[in-house]
Amino acid sequence: MADRGRFTELAMPHMQALYTAALRMTRNPADAEDLVQETFLKAYRAFDRYEDGTNLRAWLYKILTNTFINSYRAAKRRPEKADVEDVEDLYLYHRIGDLQSAGVGRSAEDEVFEHFTDDEVKKAIESLPEAFRIAVLLADVEGFSYKEIADITEVPIGTVMSRIHRGRKALQKALLDFAVARGLVGSTEAGH
Amino acid sequence: MGSEESEVDCNETIERLYTYLDGELTDERRHEIKEHLDECAPCLGAFDFEFELRQVIANRCKDHVPESLRRRVHDAISEEERREASGRSS
Repeated sequence: MADRGRFTELAMPHMQALYTAALRMTRNPADAEDLVQETFLKAYRAFDRYEDGTNLRAWLYKILTNTFINSYRAAKRRPEKADVEDVEDLYLYHRIGDLQSAGVGRSAEDEVFEHFTDDEVKKAIESLPEAFRIAVLLADVEGFSYKEIADITEVPIGTVMSRIHRGRKALQKALLDFAVARGLVGSTEAGH
Repeated sequence: MGSEESEVDCNETIERLYTYLDGELTDERRHEIKEHLDECAPCLGAFDFEFELRQVIANRCKDHVPESLRRRVHDAISEEERREASGRSS
């Protein structure tokens, strides 16, 4: 059992990461701030049920994710694509490679993403449907393990792996679209 | 050790690349994939690309917490503490 007097000291250092995740989930700063405040308040109230020495970060993310899913679904049912298009493994790598060998590329493969702006990467994540967005966010931005993500999102580990895998490919597709739009790589049509 | 027959090919390496990058393979599997990557330039190229892309995604996704939000959260928790304290004493 955790001492509430230590809540501020232990939980506050996680605010930046939680706010970042909240922004990607809600896709708007006002909702993200509300979500973070609600998360901290819920966590404070439930802190005597947090077991000292267990993973506080995962515990906070679980509250954040649940709060997001519940209040988002209740408050604003914005219709959204629920699935992602299935694309091949190593999508971005192959596409950039193809474009270069067709002579339309302007940058070496791994130089391409050095040109991505913060905003483009954030927008690409935010373009993913909710379940994929949360899985990719928890894995690739927050670095949680499959098991931790399964606990946080309360879905089986196989589902987590599939969402991460497919979500990443969809993310790569979104990034390629940005790269083409900005002329970092040529468009496919231009190569033929 | 008899691990010769478990050598992995390019298809299997690419199939397991994300799990490998995620550090979620068993020691034995990880070792097999690493051995393949050490010897196969095309697979290593794909690995390097995915590895760097992952870094870029993590690094480009940081946002600063507005000072107003820090204050709001502190205030909300202080308020909750006061409410509890007065609830106990009355």
